[in-house]
Order: sequence, then structure tokens, then C-alpha cells
Amino acid sequence: MFNPQLNNKGNLNHLLSIEGLSKEKIIQILDTAESFLKIGERDVKKVPILRGKTVCNVFFENSTRTRTTFEIAAKRLSADVINLNVATSSQSKGETVLDTINNLIAMNADIFVVRHSSSGAAHFIASHVKPNIHIINAGDGNHSHPTQGLLDAFTIRKYKTNFNNLKVAIVGDILNSRVARSNIHALNILGVPEIRVIAPKTLLPDEIEKLGVHVFYDIDKGLKDADVIMMLRIQNERMDGIMLPSQEEYFKTYGLNQVRLDLAKKDAIVMHPGPMNRGVEIDSAVADSEQSVILPQVTFGIAVRMAVMAILAGQHS
Amino acid sequence: MNLPNAENLIESLKNKINEMIDENTVLIGVQRGGELILQKILPSLGSAVATGSIDTSFYRDDFSSRGLKIKNKPSKIDTEINGKHIILIDDVFSSGRTVRAAMNEIFDYGRPDKITLAVLIDRNEQELPISPQICIEKISLSKNQHLELVLDENKKFTFQLKESHV
Repeated sequence: MFNPQLNNKGNLNHLLSIEGLSKEKIIQILDTAESFLKIGERDVKKVPILRGKTVCNVFFENSTRTRTTFEIAAKRLSADVINLNVATSSQSKGETVLDTINNLIAMNADIFVVRHSSSGAAHFIASHVKPNIHIINAGDGNHSHPTQGLLDAFTIRKYKTNFNNLKVAIVGDILNSRVARSNIHALNILGVPEIRVIAPKTLLPDEIEKLGVHVFYDIDKGLKDADVIMMLRIQNERMDGIMLPSQEEYFKTYGLNQVRLDLAKKDAIVMHPGPMNRGVEIDSAVADSEQSVILPQVTFGIAVRMAVMAILAGQHS
Repeated sequence: MNLPNAENLIESLKNKINEMIDENTVLIGVQRGGELILQKILPSLGSAVATGSIDTSFYRDDFSSRGLKIKNKPSKIDTEINGKHIILIDDVFSSGRTVRAAMNEIFDYGRPDKITLAVLIDRNEQELPISPQICIEKISLSKNQHLELVLDENKKFTFQLKESHV
């Protein structure tokens, strides 16, 4: 099957989605990230591997945090970094996505980190650029956010050592979440035996079971004996009364508080891709508890993004 | 061809290192061969000594043509190296490019007073003005022959010669 992420040698040329990655490829990225994590602990947090390369962050949709972590990752690899907030520049003047990218290629950029509100945007760009240009999907619509899926897998491996006896519960807005999709694919590929999704019916896509997950509408049942709890952000714009009645109501029925956390295993970890809404999907005390690994996730995210960029930049067709 | 006895070479290297070490010494093994040698000689060294290991993957000069090595391990230098005497240990010395990469990485951890390079074998293929100060044996091989230190099933070190066909 044609896989636009791979080059003619079967190596990773773009990172567009978790689907289509082999278990070996994901493990290779996680192992490499482990090496980069050590670099972040040094006084000199920089290696020369991407010296002379240019990484261009092209964000058609705003996201300060993701853009910042990609920027730090690229800079720690010694690349030059250009940040383009296209949401506020040329697009508003009528330029097409491809024209924007081609202009940046003409400026000799090597790697593009792309975020777009339309699903498939990164695939579209990847299929139109020359083979020596690498595209990293930093989130496309509600489709995929592969580096988040990889950093979450890295986080789980850090705390739980291996994947093959875990119960992982994903809680919240599955319907609109590219993070949930990427995580479900990654956990399936890595061999997690039990993936649960916990959400009200209005926030679950149809036929989600086909992705190999167990559906729970009752959070108390869904959290029982879980090893890993992944909370998702409830976007405020969903609180219009159609999807959800109110923030207070959501917190009461689906918010993660200490009582609910105690239903999971004693050593369960709590994850969140950020930015989190305290008092909406997660209780403040839980977010700051010893079981929370939300801030380590941010640190790991930089190492994982360094690994992805270094692996892609080393590929030649 | 007859390859040298790896165990004997390691023993000789250990004796030479033993003569040099003092409280200011840090031994750093280059992964993977140098690290194996370091772990082997460490218990029988005369005195306790600080150690580290280094993987040069992120500092290599051939990244743009060969990409990132699939199996890379984190470098581990947790000890202070400012003002120290580092003895850098590797199994086989050929072009000097790995040592150049290792030295560049070391200087991102601090400023040692001195670096000494100790290897089992020098292949006489030097491409840079870098050469080992301690070398047990010199042998000449052709470019397509890869000499590697391996630990066999009896926990004995041997050399393996692999030929690549270009």
C-alpha cells in the first residue's frame, strides 16, 4: 500500500500520522528520544546534528505551546528556525497553502512543521513537495497529532516500562480530539491490550469500537483498575449547550477528582496534553498530585520532537 | 588472517591505564567497544575512578550522508570533567573521526585539562591530525574490512572481521 510517509527505501521521510508506522519504527523514535532527553539535562543543551538546516514552523492554526516545543527542539539540534503564523499573514491575503510552502522552499527551508485546521493538510503538502523536503504534522483538524501520540507513548513507557499488560483510559472529548485518535493508534500498534474511551455519547464518534477500544459512558466504571488515565481538554467552544450543558455539569459527571482517581490502580499515572482547564475536566488537586505526569510530558515532548526531526533529516531518497 | 587475541590486548591496555590514573582521572568509554572494555577493566583497576560513556551519534560528521544510526544510546557523563584528565577508551582507531566527534561532545560537558586516547588497535588509516597516545597493536586492513570487538557466549572478548561488498 502506498504510504506517503515513507521514501523509496521504506524509511520515514515525513511524519504525518501514527497509522502506517510499524512498531519497530515507533520504538526507534522512542529510543532515540531517550538519548535526546539526556541532552536536555546538560548545561549545554545543544547538539550540532542539524547545523545548517532550516526548520520552518508553519501554523495555519494558532498554538503557542506546540509551536514553542517544536522551536526549542529544532534549536537544540542547532537548526535555524523560522516561525510563521500564517493564520495572521499571507493566507488572509489570499495565498494558497501550496504557494505559501513553495515560497518557503524557495528560501531553502528543509523541514516544515505544519499545523492546520483541516484534516489531511499535512498529507496534501507532503505529496506536493520534493523528496528532500520533510513534513511533520503538528496537528491537522480532528485527524492526527502524531508527535503528541509519540510523546504520550514515551511517557507511558517511562513510568510503566512496557505496554503489554496495561489498561489505558482516555477520558473526554474523543469526537473532536486528534490527540485521542493518535493515541489510540499508537497504543494499538505498541500492543496495549485494553484501551478504554470514556465520554458522553455526544462526544464520541460513531463506530469508535472499530478502532479496538472499549466504550464507557460511566467514568467510575471506566477508571476501575486503570494503569494510565489520559485526560483530554474540553474546548470551551463546545460548551454551547448542544454538546454539553455546562462546565459545572461536565466536571460533576466526567471530571477527574481524587475519589475517581482512587478507583484506578494505586500507581496509576494521570496525563493531559494541555492546556488544561482546572475544574472542568480535571480537579486542581489531581493535576498537582504525585500521580500527575503532566509536566514531565512537556519535557518528554521536546526530546521526542528532536528525535523525529533528527530521523527525518537523515533520510535521503 | 590471524586476528590478535582481544583478551590479551585488553589486559595490556588495562596495565597501561593503571599506570596513568590518579584522583584527577575520568575514564570515558566510546560506545560500544570502548564502553565494553571499560566495564571489563573497571573492577580490576588499582583505585576507584570516575567513569562515563559516550555515543557520538549526534556529533558525527557523516550525518548528512548516512543519517542517524538506528541504535543509539544516551551518552552518560554524570561526573565533573572541568580540569580533569580524561582517558578516552575505544576498541579500534581508524580515521579519527569518531574521536573528533567524541571530543566535541566532551567539550559540551566542560573543559578538561587533558584528554588521552587509549585504544586496542590502530588500523593505520588516520585521516585527521588525531592519533592514540596508548595503542597496543597496529594492523593494516583493507577499507572494506570492518574490525569489531565482540563479547562471545563464554563472556570472552574476540575480534570479528566483516567484509562489506561495495
